[in-house]
Amino acid sequence: MDISLMAVSLPKLLSATVVTLKLLTLSLFFGLIIGLIFAILRLNKNPFINKFAYAYSYVFRGTPLLVQIFIIYFGLGQIEYFRATFLWVIFKEPYWCAIIAFALNTGAYTSEILRSAFETIKPGIIEAGKSLGISNKIIFYKIQIPVAIRQSLPAYGNEIILMMKGTSLASTVTIMDLTGVAKHIVSTTYKPLEVFLLAGSIYLFMTFLIHNLIKYLEKKYSFQ
Amino acid sequence: MDLLSFGKTGWGDELFYATLMTIAVSITALLIGFLFSVIFTPLKLSNNKFLNFIANSYTTVIRGVPELLVIYLFFFGGSGAIMYVASIFGYFEYIEINAFITGSLAIGIISGAYSTEVFRGAIQSVDKGQFEACKVLGLKKHIYFLKVIMPQMLRLAIPNLSNVWQITLKDTSLISVTGLVEIMRQSYIAAGSTRDPLFFYSFAAVLYLMLTYLSMKLINRLEVKYSRGF
Repeated sequence: MDISLMAVSLPKLLSATVVTLKLLTLSLFFGLIIGLIFAILRLNKNPFINKFAYAYSYVFRGTPLLVQIFIIYFGLGQIEYFRATFLWVIFKEPYWCAIIAFALNTGAYTSEILRSAFETIKPGIIEAGKSLGISNKIIFYKIQIPVAIRQSLPAYGNEIILMMKGTSLASTVTIMDLTGVAKHIVSTTYKPLEVFLLAGSIYLFMTFLIHNLIKYLEKKYSFQ
Repeated sequence: MDLLSFGKTGWGDELFYATLMTIAVSITALLIGFLFSVIFTPLKLSNNKFLNFIANSYTTVIRGVPELLVIYLFFFGGSGAIMYVASIFGYFEYIEINAFITGSLAIGIISGAYSTEVFRGAIQSVDKGQFEACKVLGLKKHIYFLKVIMPQMLRLAIPNLSNVWQITLKDTSLISVTGLVEIMRQSYIAAGSTRDPLFFYSFAAVLYLMLTYLSMKLINRLEVKYSRGF
């Protein structure tokens, strides 16, 4: 064990952790919006719309995240027409490509989580709202969404942790996140054990924090 | 379509073998994972605090750390560790470990953490009365586990094991960073030499989708088989 190397690389790894956290929060933010939209589409009566939403979540859940990142980062740049559009400003940056891939991926899982939460809401709650004369729109925004969010908290907490681990794939498209920096240090010092153990502990600490945050939220918003 | 033809000009045969490699790594990793869960599930369920602690640290650490990092640790640290052990025994040559073995071992350890949790949950959900009945009947411990608890546990475990299988299958794509030629690596090579990444990565996605779809069909059959009588 090379303790001095660990001491030297810790500040570098910690500043890379900020990149990881930024990737995580941005992807979760966009992923939640995408997930909510697709969960609502899944509940749509129109078979064409809900099949489309199902296909989206099936494809993104059935393929590895690595393939998704590579298609978006290496693949899309190949289309001449695409490069001429204003979107190219975003898609030429590996950082945004990674965030788009992560957001689409976590969006697919989130849509499944929210859909099952919407489906398991007790009909009595909605009927109670209706019998009080509350409009459908307000029932949806003020009753269904909060209850669904509460019900999906445990599953969503898992998804946050999975996504946090997923951000390590950003290092494959040249982003210097926690894994990227750890790998860089290893390739210059050739001390894999020390550096990867340190990076692993930082990830583990983040998992621990997220896990406890979700537990706290679950308690806070429980129905009792 | 020319790109996918078999033979020298196309990538069809290469991708076909790469798909077989992905399947081989996934199955090996899943089996290694089962081996780990056979060891760690009893530790998790035991009354000994220390054994509990070991099993819990295994599942918590592995499930809390990115898969890619575990693979890097194995790939970069693996040969170093083995060479260190070998140097104790007086062997100082450079040892390179096979990418297939390191890869499936790394994925297997990850997969094992998930399947340990699944088996633990399944055993705990078997009705308490079944355990008591076995004790009352005076069945030997290994018989009552194999003949009574195991069949009931499998029925409960199979739906979740199919999730573990999916996770394992998708995780194998990460081994491509170590140079093992599976679907992802082969697509990377093909994309590099034809300058057509969009096509090859999309095709890789289709291959993975096909594998997940087919394995789900197969697992559903197993599920029906093991749920007989319920």
